Amino acid sequence: MTTEISDAGPSEDGEPTRRDFIHIFAAATAAVGAGATIWPLVHQMNPDASVLALSTKEIDLSSISLGQAIKVMWQGKPVFIRHRTEAEIAEGEATPMGALKDDASRNDNLAEAVDATDAARVTARDGEARPQWLIVVGICTHLGCIPLGTSSGENRGDYNGWFCPCHGSHYDIAGRIRKGPAPENLEIPRYEFLSDTVVKIG
Amino acid sequence: MSHPSTYKPASGFDKWLDDRLPIVRLAHDSFVDFPTPKNLNYWYTFGGILAICLVIQIITGVILAMHYVPHTSMAFDSVEHIMRDVNYGWLMRYVHANGGSMFFLAVYIHMFRGVYYGSYKEPREVLWMLGVVIYLLMMATAFMGYVLPWGQMSYWGATVITNLFSAIPLVGEDIRTLLWGGFSVDNPTLNRFYSLHYLLPFAIAGVVMLHIWALHIPGNANPTGVEVKDVKKDTVPFHPYYTVKDSFAIVVFLILFAAFVFFNPNGLGHPDNYIEANPLATPASIVPEWYYLPFYAILRAITFDIGPISSKLGGVMAMFGSILVLFVLPWLDTSKVRSMRYRPAAKMFFFIFIAACLVLGYLGGKPAEGSYVFYAQIATAYYFSFFLIILPLLGFMETPKPLPRSIAESVLKTPKAGDATTAGAHNAPAQ
Repeated sequence: MTTEISDAGPSEDGEPTRRDFIHIFAAATAAVGAGATIWPLVHQMNPDASVLALSTKEIDLSSISLGQAIKVMWQGKPVFIRHRTEAEIAEGEATPMGALKDDASRNDNLAEAVDATDAARVTARDGEARPQWLIVVGICTHLGCIPLGTSSGENRGDYNGWFCPCHGSHYDIAGRIRKGPAPENLEIPRYEFLSDTVVKIG
Repeated sequence: MSHPSTYKPASGFDKWLDDRLPIVRLAHDSFVDFPTPKNLNYWYTFGGILAICLVIQIITGVILAMHYVPHTSMAFDSVEHIMRDVNYGWLMRYVHANGGSMFFLAVYIHMFRGVYYGSYKEPREVLWMLGVVIYLLMMATAFMGYVLPWGQMSYWGATVITNLFSAIPLVGEDIRTLLWGGFSVDNPTLNRFYSLHYLLPFAIAGVVMLHIWALHIPGNANPTGVEVKDVKKDTVPFHPYYTVKDSFAIVVFLILFAAFVFFNPNGLGHPDNYIEANPLATPASIVPEWYYLPFYAILRAITFDIGPISSKLGGVMAMFGSILVLFVLPWLDTSKVRSMRYRPAAKMFFFIFIAACLVLGYLGGKPAEGSYVFYAQIATAYYFSFFLIILPLLGFMETPKPLPRSIAESVLKTPKAGDATTAGAHNAPAQ
């Protein structure tokens, strides 16, 4: 046996030796072991089971009167639900695509991004558009402030939707960014209607 | 600087210990009989002041941790409990909160001093880089500490800063979720920030030891930038000359510290942080603590897309870049002359640089609109130009003034009029 033990590195004929193999195998095993050890140490920081358990929320919409909007908490974030009037829907639909700063729909219910038409902004998981209900995550896409305009009497900005007081972003009646530093339209969460008046967000 | 040990064990026990663990010898050679340039002025006392700041923060912080509860439902109330119920709790909290500001005040003076006297130049590059590491750790520690009282500024400051990470392409959103431990700043975030806020000061203490080690290999730089040539003529022992000088500076600094703690304890804070965190309402304006304002201004100065880089990502890159550029400063400054005392052009650009930093600090506290943004863009441009254009070019273009032949010669001559920073009078006792 002792005759086979040589220094690391290729043998005289240039072929890798058994010792090279052992070195590489040992190092690879140690690398896999290190990775398997580090992953739990990192992954523990990701959302835990109790946080994920709260990742959906059901809301009864029957108490929201026409023209009114409410704020609900979902995943620790505010969600705005606006019961839009016929005039507001018409205003949203009449907006030309060219007037938009961000022309992507930003709707998590759609399989792929489409133009940010009013209909694309009110489409639920089942693909059906319910223009009277606008549901958006109420976090400004600039630096994460909460825009004003949900409660009655608040400044709704120049486009009759929401206004972010932090750095002056104006969103329209479909939650689309129209003016100010925010780069994207308000995000639309995944939601589905369990009945005509109950919506499940998440 | 490296020098032969002069430690003589005084007793049998000292001798016994010295043979087994020469820790007393290390302390003696590092802080008693350490040869130190005899011309260090008061700008060189801030290292000692910073050591005291770290000790104060750790002691008061450990005490506060005995009474604080890191939970979203109780954090805010537990801070008020500390203020009202805990014996001397108000003192511990005000010292800790203002101590953060004092720590940053001292570190900024320490850093500007390093730039002015070229302390980062060969052979002290690693010393300087360790300092930048300490500064980054300080910023992380202070940011997480500010979240703990769970006031409105705590919550929204944390939201804005953690949202910066979402600007990173591809993995940004995942990193943000990993930092939050959820889908927004919430209880898991508060818990981990508390854990890390307790940990990082000890990491800082560890890097401080490396910083002092790296200082003691070449020894102190000094205001002339001329290296020690003759240990007998150019240096004095650290003790008693600099232990006394540092102690005096520390006492003066602590008077300022106490003035804030006892007469204006909330002067450097923000009143909104006495409102409990509310995820459904954003304060009218979100401003960080004063020591972050210049970087906040740089973040918001990038309002335009740069090629494929969005303004949001560009702002984040500029903000982090403004600190990371310090790591390569020893190689950006091409001048062979260390001290700006002998570099008339560099001195002028340096004072404009200080002005730019102060202007950025002022603008960081203003709303990001109108002419404020424009001025922040100009000051940001100067900030980066100073490091990336002016210092590299100046080394080739500038004609420095003649250097003294030695430290001894420089202190024996009367300081020239207008050379205020030499503070010749300070040096009198050391001569």
